[in-house]
Amino acid sequence: MKVETVRPEDLEWMCRKCDRPLEPGTVTVSYMGNEFTAELPVCPGCGFVLVSEAVALGKMAEVEQILEDK
Amino acid sequence: MDQQELRALEHRCIQEEAPECTAACPLHVDGRAFVGHVADGQWSEAWKVLRRTMPFPGILGRICDAPCRLRCKRGERGDPIQIGALERTCVGTPPPPVRIQPLPRKGKGVAVVGAGLSGLTAAWDLARKGYSVQIFETGVRLGDGLRARFGDRLNEAATTEELDRLMGLDVAVEVAAGVEAPGFLEACRSDFDAVFVSLDGVLGRRWAVDRDGAGEIAVAPGSQATGTLGVFAGSRPAADGPSPVWQAAEGRWGATSIDRFLQKVSPTAGREKDGPYRTRLFTSLEGVEPLPAVAAADPRAGYSAGEAVAEAGRCLRCECLECVKVCAYLERFGAYPRKYAREIYNNESIVMGVHQANKLVNSCSLCGLCERVCPEAFAVQDLCLASRRSMVRRGKMPPSAHEFALQDMRFSLGDRFHLVRHAPGRAESVRAFFPGCQLCASSPDTVVRVYDHLTASFPTGTGLMLGCCGAPAFWAGQEAVFGEVCGRILEDWERLGRPELILACATCYRVFSQQLPQIPTTSLWQLLAAGDLPAGAAGEGIGPVAVHDPCTTRPFPGIQEAVRRLLSRLEVPVEELPLGRDRTECCGFGGLMQNVNPDLAREVAGRRARVSDLDYLAYCAMCRDSLAAVGKRALHLLDLLFPPPAGADLAERPRPGYSQRLENRERLRRTLLKRIWNEEAFTMQPHDAIRLVVAPEVREVLERRRILDEDLKRVIHEAETSGNRLVHPRSGRHKAVFRAYRTAVWVDYTPSPEGFVIHGAYSHRMEVVGGPRK
Repeated sequence: MKVETVRPEDLEWMCRKCDRPLEPGTVTVSYMGNEFTAELPVCPGCGFVLVSEAVALGKMAEVEQILEDK
Repeated sequence: MDQQELRALEHRCIQEEAPECTAACPLHVDGRAFVGHVADGQWSEAWKVLRRTMPFPGILGRICDAPCRLRCKRGERGDPIQIGALERTCVGTPPPPVRIQPLPRKGKGVAVVGAGLSGLTAAWDLARKGYSVQIFETGVRLGDGLRARFGDRLNEAATTEELDRLMGLDVAVEVAAGVEAPGFLEACRSDFDAVFVSLDGVLGRRWAVDRDGAGEIAVAPGSQATGTLGVFAGSRPAADGPSPVWQAAEGRWGATSIDRFLQKVSPTAGREKDGPYRTRLFTSLEGVEPLPAVAAADPRAGYSAGEAVAEAGRCLRCECLECVKVCAYLERFGAYPRKYAREIYNNESIVMGVHQANKLVNSCSLCGLCERVCPEAFAVQDLCLASRRSMVRRGKMPPSAHEFALQDMRFSLGDRFHLVRHAPGRAESVRAFFPGCQLCASSPDTVVRVYDHLTASFPTGTGLMLGCCGAPAFWAGQEAVFGEVCGRILEDWERLGRPELILACATCYRVFSQQLPQIPTTSLWQLLAAGDLPAGAAGEGIGPVAVHDPCTTRPFPGIQEAVRRLLSRLEVPVEELPLGRDRTECCGFGGLMQNVNPDLAREVAGRRARVSDLDYLAYCAMCRDSLAAVGKRALHLLDLLFPPPAGADLAERPRPGYSQRLENRERLRRTLLKRIWNEEAFTMQPHDAIRLVVAPEVREVLERRRILDEDLKRVIHEAETSGNRLVHPRSGRHKAVFRAYRTAVWVDYTPSPEGFVIHGAYSHRMEVVGGPRK
């Protein structure tokens, strides 16, 4: 499953530690023993991954629900 | 649950049992569906219902004597539905086209001797089953006997059409047959594989066959067997007038017996419901006003279409649904317990694929009202709880279902709330107050006043146990966790010297009574009702109120009674809700419904709140708060017995939010420790110093998402100390995340001199495990 989840406004956030703007990156997410890759905004310096509200309450919640009922 | 248990369970739900009219009809015509279509003016559909079970509706529909009337439930509130008259109107409308598809030919022949209603019905049924049928008609054309007997009640065109349809099957007719000849039956017996004799069409006086005392051919009712193997018969019409539908039914039963005789299978197996039978369907007549039958303007012509529609409109459309009528949960999922049992069974049985019924299983409040109102005591709550336990055991319980409530329970059992003390200066406790977690969460100051009263009421003082009874774990089906909680409660109780526990919460009372019976308990209400009213108790100017009994008091009428005694002593006028005491409704909190299905819980509370315009009087903190949360004015009994010093309108008090409920418990513990035992509580956590600024609209979002202030503080503390956070250059906002337990909480905030201003927060359960792949 691939989740397309980077919006331009997400990339306006800066990593405070590295002082660098976030960039789209492919990360691995997991729930209940299932792993997926997702395109999410990531700090190119330290790898801090942003899960935006839209993603958390949208696609992610949907997938969580499906996996919970599996 | 295995298949057999499922069947037993399904059998207990009677919603799918036949209505009285169907059960009373010898042919089991679906009277309810038929009348329903008539009421809707759907004549073609009504026709089809008749055709499904009734042979020759164009004939029988005109002469049916409708024995169903005698058992019609409408007849208990006015006249029974005039189904016979409705049949006549229906078959007077143009019949819809019909195609008969007989079963493949069986290569066997059956003689039907005589063409009365039983003979014609037997011929019809047998021909459709694939037998070759030879009818011997005594008249000069098929149906002459019928025409002679029923005369102008029949319609010649319709009779011909029905009989033509019969002849369209593998049926031959010999007219003017000399059936009364002495050897006729023996000849038939040797020429055909079986014989059906229509004694409503022939006499057979001279045949050699077993006879009864009156000299009539002996026919076994039901099987329609005669004394001769392979010969079956429809009996002679009774002297008090022929029952056409009964004759047709005898033809049908005879045809079934012939089919089984020729197939060499059990003649009787599975035929218990061949004739009229007792149905278990229950139909409430509560609130049904008596209504007389619609009178036809022209009684000779029968009902006009309009009159028939009006008459059919009186039909009660019998069904049970007693449980569904009183339960928004059962209603929400669109069916009834019989169907739910099957869905839950399937949910348990599937290995791969989606568990469709998880929400169904987890949304029940476990209140047990269904069992109370069900004529067969079907307990949906037992089914749901058993299924939850099984899901937990098999690792199939969705983690999100109950986690928030279980987390809250852990808080109550943890050192920020849990407290076990003898009365100050005492080394043992004869009794101890166990106020329960949610009363403390909702109304901590009241708990202090109650404890003061209890301390003063007994010379040996009163010990204190702050904690949780484990109900959330019990409701969640977490047996192991619940067992641990029980173990800890027992330990605490032993430590206090096995005191009697005074319980303020009905749920605690139920859990203790049923799960920890070794602990002696008394309900606070019974204790207070037995003594003097507390000094500050005041009921003046209050009421009338409607008493809302918590669903967990359903088995404890003594508690419900004590509450009413207290109200009467407070001189508060009381009105009873239609569903009260042992039939009371859940407030939407029970069974963790509020966690699993918050929308449904709101609907349940709203429905309960709308029953009466009066202020409600609850004696469970969760009931009061759930009702208050849907805007209902609601008091807690303790508001009257131990009113606060200031005279605020307590019925308007909102439900404290989740964060407040945590804070209230922690503060209560601290207050009591300081005031009564002169001890300081040391439960500071590193993030406690963080101050939050939360606007009401943000607060609302946090509540809905069940994000606690404590979560926010932890995230901010973590972010501010580690520096791991995002900043938004344009707005100056910060964004940080912290994963605690199984949830990641994100917070958008801005530091300010007043504290951290919260702009929003959200959570997810999915975990980011791998960093970016280059």
